[in-house]
Amino acid sequence: MTSRSDDHDDHDAPRGHADRSADAEAPGDRVASTANLVGATGARFKPIEPQPAPVKTEGMVPWIRANLFGGWISALVTIAIALLLLRGAYWAIDWGLLNAVFRPDADVCQAARGTGACWGVVAEKYRLIVFGRYPFDQQWRPLVATVVLVALLVVSCVRRFWKVWLAPLWAVVVVGFFVLMLGGVLGLAPVPTDQWGGLPLTVMLATFGIVLAYPLAIVVALGRRSSLPAIRSLCVIYIELVRGVPLISVLFMASFMFPLFMPAGKSPDVLIRVLVGITLFSGAYLAEVVRGGLQAIPKGQIEAAQSLGLAYWQTQRKIVLPQALAMVVPGIMNSFIAIFKDTSLVTIVSLYELTGALGLALNSDADWRPFKVEGYLFIAAIYFVFCLSMSRYSLWIEHQLGRSKTR
Amino acid sequence: MRAPPKSRGWSWRSRAFRGLIYQVVAVLVIGAAIWYLAHNTLTNMAARGIQSGFDFLGDTAGFDIGESLIPYASADLYWKAFLVGVLNTLRVAVVGIVLATLLGAMLGVGRFARNAIVRGICYAYVELFRNVPVLLQLLLWYLLFTDILPPAHEAISIAEVARISKNGLSIPVPVWELGQTLAVIGALLGMAAGWAYRRWALRRFEATGQPPRLFWPPLALVLGGAVIGWLVGGAPMAWSIPTLDGFSLEGGLTATPEFLAVLVGLVLYTSAFIAEVVRAGIASVSHGQIEAAASLGLSAGRSMRLVVLPQALRVIIPPITSQYLNLTKNSSLAVAIGYPDVVSIANTSLNQTGRAVEAIAIIMAVYLTISLATSAFMNWYNSRSAIKER
Repeated sequence: MTSRSDDHDDHDAPRGHADRSADAEAPGDRVASTANLVGATGARFKPIEPQPAPVKTEGMVPWIRANLFGGWISALVTIAIALLLLRGAYWAIDWGLLNAVFRPDADVCQAARGTGACWGVVAEKYRLIVFGRYPFDQQWRPLVATVVLVALLVVSCVRRFWKVWLAPLWAVVVVGFFVLMLGGVLGLAPVPTDQWGGLPLTVMLATFGIVLAYPLAIVVALGRRSSLPAIRSLCVIYIELVRGVPLISVLFMASFMFPLFMPAGKSPDVLIRVLVGITLFSGAYLAEVVRGGLQAIPKGQIEAAQSLGLAYWQTQRKIVLPQALAMVVPGIMNSFIAIFKDTSLVTIVSLYELTGALGLALNSDADWRPFKVEGYLFIAAIYFVFCLSMSRYSLWIEHQLGRSKTR
Repeated sequence: MRAPPKSRGWSWRSRAFRGLIYQVVAVLVIGAAIWYLAHNTLTNMAARGIQSGFDFLGDTAGFDIGESLIPYASADLYWKAFLVGVLNTLRVAVVGIVLATLLGAMLGVGRFARNAIVRGICYAYVELFRNVPVLLQLLLWYLLFTDILPPAHEAISIAEVARISKNGLSIPVPVWELGQTLAVIGALLGMAAGWAYRRWALRRFEATGQPPRLFWPPLALVLGGAVIGWLVGGAPMAWSIPTLDGFSLEGGLTATPEFLAVLVGLVLYTSAFIAEVVRAGIASVSHGQIEAAASLGLSAGRSMRLVVLPQALRVIIPPITSQYLNLTKNSSLAVAIGYPDVVSIANTSLNQTGRAVEAIAIIMAVYLTISLATSAFMNWYNSRSAIKER
């Protein structure tokens, strides 16, 4: 309706072309060519008129012309945004670098307040932010444990290392992680879990949350597609119930209600309770991801397996799951990213992971409290680096899967 | 050849029998686990002398709530406090969903812009905001709104009408009089007329093939109805403008920094995800469709509206529903910065009465209801826009 006039333009466009091509063949030329033809006893060679070179579409200048100045609106937008960006960049460099204070000196920071960032707060407090309340002289232990765990995660993501020895390696690293963190053996001083904190806690909750949720998710996803009504409805109830409530209510439950669930005096450690809560929560989301993969397997394959005489579990193990799970790797990565970010919520039930540790480091210190924004930016950068690298990896996996399809 | 005898006897080799056994075992195991947990809970509660039951909802709450859509005082009862919390949750969720959809749709379409700098900004925005935890973003916004902004008596003025300060954002609102009420009634009547017109225009299109005008006439009907109602009501022009009175701002409508922080944080975070959903939806429409539309002579706008969007919506609606639900559920993080949503109220009640089970049950029930209602509505909308198959 509103674009009625546009339609006219569209109809006009081809006609315009025709007119122009007719114009190009100017009457004068025609006369000349007939003259040539008439006097053509000894046909004279007439070279074709030189044509203009085709418009260059490769290279930097044409790209800029097409993508930044492809019309006056586009050019205006480009200039306006570029000016704004330049101004923002100028301010950011001015505030974050030129006028910033990098020394851990609260007085200098106070003087520079409003004109420059105080990265000194990070220099002063980074041990407390990254490791939380873990005993100061023992902090090499969470450092080593986390580095090894992250290294193992990275190794597990590289195709070349997808070998059988990866499973026992995981077992060794997990046991080593807890031995290092808990202590009490091998001459390591014991550190109770309520003193764990910071990045090690974040990485640990995310990793174990997803690793433990994975088998649960497979079972629940299979159950949701089962033909047995009681099992199917149990799985549906679990999935819908968990997906319908926020994580924070699950964490409240783990923190406040779990002690009531257990026989008197036998309530497990708060870290274990929270880990169970995160596992049950991510299990429901992961189950839906896995179900997506299961649904993508054509029914003919299952029927073919049955006609070969394979039983239910044989069919699932040998035919369905290998294909379905490979298909949903990007979805699993996305769940992992989500859980990694969601671990920040445990700070609400008084576990001092990265976000909570920042509050711990700054809230009680009047000298440094005014520079909390810089502290937040610091941990936001940590989260960003972790999440961005995981989503890049997920894209790469997706690309690999796509390649196997197009072949 | 004789048909094989129907096997009637239950045996381990019968699939149906085994299925029945599995189900009975599963139900028994789950039931036993639930009974065990409930039994422990009751024993523990009896041992610790914890009272249970929802009767505390009839007691006096005794705490103040920072902001409320309905009149509330600390002498009111617990159920009313919870109602205030639910309304606050719904307020931030509804406003957030509307704003996040608008921003997300713009960002998602922006990924297809011909201008590279627009594409780049949309991409950078998405990557930046979805890779930082939403709780951290909420805390950061709250810090900015309460720490960096000037106090109320030095409020930053936006065009001399709106003011923003540590106390929140104050915007002018019209003083509610008869004219405004009549304007709302007029707009509602206009909406009904517009709907009737739409049906008539579509029927005429079916009958005569005359292309229906479905945008401007209904809009004109709604706006016209509102203006007529306003004129009939005496065309009231009074505005309540926030002005400085001593050290505080008076007049206008004020959004608290808590509300603003939750809203801004949730909208910016969720719109990054919605942008990706919209981008994927538009990308899922094959390019041949757009070329076919162009070869039929449809303009860019019409081919977007009539060809691309209806097909993209089918891909967009299911994931965008889960983003809406995520936004609603993430609004529970408001407890971290003191916005009085239902979780925050339940948390306070829990600390005051010690009834953990009941308070958490209320939180879960509220969110489950919102989630199920939203997904029911979106499923209905989805089935409307899905491809009609036999």
